[in-house]
Amino acid sequence: MLLEVNDLKTYFQTDDGIVKAVDGVNFSVEKGQTLGIVGESGSGKSVTCLTIMGLNAKKNTITSGEALFNGENLLTAGSRRLREIRGNDIAMIFQDPMTSLNPVHSIGTQLVEAVQLHQDVSKKGARARSVELLKAVGIPRADRRMDDYPHQFSGGMRQRAMIAMALVNDPDLLIADEPTTALDVTTQAQIVNLMKKLQEEFGSAIIIITHDLGVVAETADDVLVMYAAQVAEQAPVEKLFNRPHHPYTWGLLGSLPRLDADVDRLVQIPGQPPSLLRPPSGCRFHPRCPYVFEKCKTVDPPLVGISDDPSHLQACHLDEETKDREAAKLLAATMAQAG
Amino acid sequence: MAEDLLVVENVKKHFPVTRGIIFQKQIGAVKAVDGVSFSVKSGETLGIVGESGCGKSTLARCIMRLLDVTDGKIVFDGRDISNLSRPAMRPIRREMMMIFQDPYASLNPRKRVGAIVSEALEVHKLGTATETKRRVQELLEVVGLNPEHYNRFPHEFSGGQRQRIGVARALAINPKLIVCDEPVSALDVSVQAQILNLLEDLQQDFGLTYVFIAHDLNVVRHISDRVMVMYLGKIAELAPKVDLYEQPKHPYTGALLSAVPIADPARGRARRPIVLEGDVPSPLNPPNACNFHPRCPRFQKGHCDVEDPPLPARALAARGGRVPKAGNGRPAGRTVGSVLGRRCSFRLSAGSRSYWS
Repeated sequence: MLLEVNDLKTYFQTDDGIVKAVDGVNFSVEKGQTLGIVGESGSGKSVTCLTIMGLNAKKNTITSGEALFNGENLLTAGSRRLREIRGNDIAMIFQDPMTSLNPVHSIGTQLVEAVQLHQDVSKKGARARSVELLKAVGIPRADRRMDDYPHQFSGGMRQRAMIAMALVNDPDLLIADEPTTALDVTTQAQIVNLMKKLQEEFGSAIIIITHDLGVVAETADDVLVMYAAQVAEQAPVEKLFNRPHHPYTWGLLGSLPRLDADVDRLVQIPGQPPSLLRPPSGCRFHPRCPYVFEKCKTVDPPLVGISDDPSHLQACHLDEETKDREAAKLLAATMAQAG
Repeated sequence: MAEDLLVVENVKKHFPVTRGIIFQKQIGAVKAVDGVSFSVKSGETLGIVGESGCGKSTLARCIMRLLDVTDGKIVFDGRDISNLSRPAMRPIRREMMMIFQDPYASLNPRKRVGAIVSEALEVHKLGTATETKRRVQELLEVVGLNPEHYNRFPHEFSGGQRQRIGVARALAINPKLIVCDEPVSALDVSVQAQILNLLEDLQQDFGLTYVFIAHDLNVVRHISDRVMVMYLGKIAELAPKVDLYEQPKHPYTGALLSAVPIADPARGRARRPIVLEGDVPSPLNPPNACNFHPRCPRFQKGHCDVEDPPLPARALAARGGRVPKAGNGRPAGRTVGSVLGRRCSFRLSAGSRSYWS
C-alpha cells in the first residue's frame, strides 16, 4: 500500500471556536492507482491532502491520526524529512496555476530548482531534465519557453508547467487539487488526457480532488465522497456511479444537468453544507436528508461496507434494501432521460 | 407568435491599445466582440457559451449599455438603444437587469440586504418607503430567503444565498429581460441546482426573457431554448438547443461538446474528445478569414483562410436582414443539409446530417 490514511483529523483553532475541518477520514491508495476525492466547499477534501503533505500552518492546528506513506507516518515526520519527500516522492499541483507559480522567476528557474533540491545533478543536467519534462507535458519549443515567465504562458500552459514541475523528480504519488477547475473545457480535456498519459508513462499514483463528477468518472479508479469533514461514501468508480448508497451521493448525481439529455427539473438538495464549528449532531447530513429518521439525528453512522461488497463503504443508517431501490431508481431515471 | 425583445445587429466592441505617454497613438485594438448579430424572442432563454476570451461577457455588457458599442445596433423592445444618452437610457434600464457571476463581489458589503434589493426601486422612484419594504420582503420570499433577514449584511449569507439576493435585486423592478452572466459558475453543484430551478420557476411565473451566459455546457443545455456558441468575438453557431447538442454543425462546437467530461464511468472512458491543437489566439490579432481556421480539424486550405463565412440569414432573424453574398453572387456559407445557423463553409457530404458522421 503506497499511502494509508487512518482516522485523520485536522482541527483549526479560531477565534470563534474549533473548526473541525477533517474529522475522521480513512482511505488508502495503491501504486499506480487513481483516487478521486469529491465534495463541495467545506467538505474537507483539500485540507485532507494539505495535512498529509504537512502544508498546514503549524500554529493553531491540531492533527491526529496516521498518514502512512510506504509505512512512514508523515504526520510525525520532522520538517526536514517532509522537505525531502515533498516534490520528490509526493508532489502536489494546485488549483490556480497563476498563484502557485512564482511570478518573478522564469519557469525554467523554478523547474531547475525543483530538480536540484532533490537530485545531485549539475545545473546543465537539471536544465536538460526540465526541458524533457516540458516536452512531455506538451509545451511547444520547450527549450526556448524555459526562459519565459508565468505571465507569458496561458492558463492551460501554466497548469502544464505545474504538472511538469510536479513530475520532474518522478514522484510515486501526485496530488492534484482541482487541477482543471480554473480552465476552459477544451483545455481541461487536454490536461485530463495528459495526466492519464503521464500516469501510464511514469507509473505514479494520483489523488485527484475535484467537485466535477465528470472528471472523477473519467479518471478515478476509486472514489471518496466527502461531506462536512467526513467520508460519506467510498467505492470503486463504476460502483459509485451505478449503485450509489448514500442520500448525499444521490443528491449530487441527481443535481447534475446533462449534456446528452433534457432533464425536466434538477434534483435539489435543500439547505447548504453545515458549519464545521458546530456540525449537526448524529449524521451531519441529516438536516438536509429527505430520508431522515430519528436515529439519524443522534447517532453518527459508521462507515461500513455493503453486505455483498466490502469494497463499497457508506455511512448511512438507511437499510440496504431501500438504498438499493433508490440507487436503481436513480440509474433508471438517468438511462430513461438519455433515451 | 412571440415578438423579438432584443435584436443585436453586427455589434462590435473593440478596445484600443495605445502607446505613448503624452501623445497616445493607437497601435492596435482588442477585438473583443467582432460583428455579432442575433435576436431573442420574448419569453425565451438564449444561452451563450464560449471559452475565456470569446467575448461573451463583453457582449453582455454591451447589451446592457454598460459599455458603448464601437459599431452596430442594439434594438431593445423595438427601440434602438445603441447610442442613447444617459437620461434617455434611464427608463429603458427599468426593463433590463443583470445577474452577475461572483456572489461575493456583486453585492455591496456595506449595505444591508434590504437596501441592496430596493436600490433599483429607489433610483427609479417607484413606491413609498413602506411599499418598497413590502416589495423587498416579498422578493426575498420569492427567491427562497427569509424575509426577516432584511437587515442583514451580505457576509452573513452563504454563496448560494447571496446569489439569490442578486436574483431578487434583478427582479425588483419587474424587468422584461434579465442578462445572467455566469450566475452559477461560482456555486457548488447542489446549490447550482437550486438557483437553476429558481430561475426557471421565475421565468414561468413572471414571463421573463433570459440571456444566459455560461461556460458550462451542461448547465446551458438545461436552461436554454436556443444556444449560441462564440469564438474569438464572433458567433460560430446558433441553433435550437437540441439541434446544437445532438447534431452540431460547426467544428468548434463539435470539439467543445466532445471535450465535456461525462459523469458516467463507462461512457466517459469511451469518449474520444476532439483535441484542438494549441491555444486560443489573441483577440489583438485574430486570424484572418475564418477565425477558427488555424485550429480547425476540418481546415481547407485556400478556402477557410481566404473567405470569412457569414452566418446564414435564417439564423439572424434580424429586421431587414439580408443574405450576405459571396463574390460570385451565390449566397455564401450554403451547405448541404439542414443548416440553421453556423458560420462554416465546410461542406458536409450529401446524406451526412452532422459533424460526427
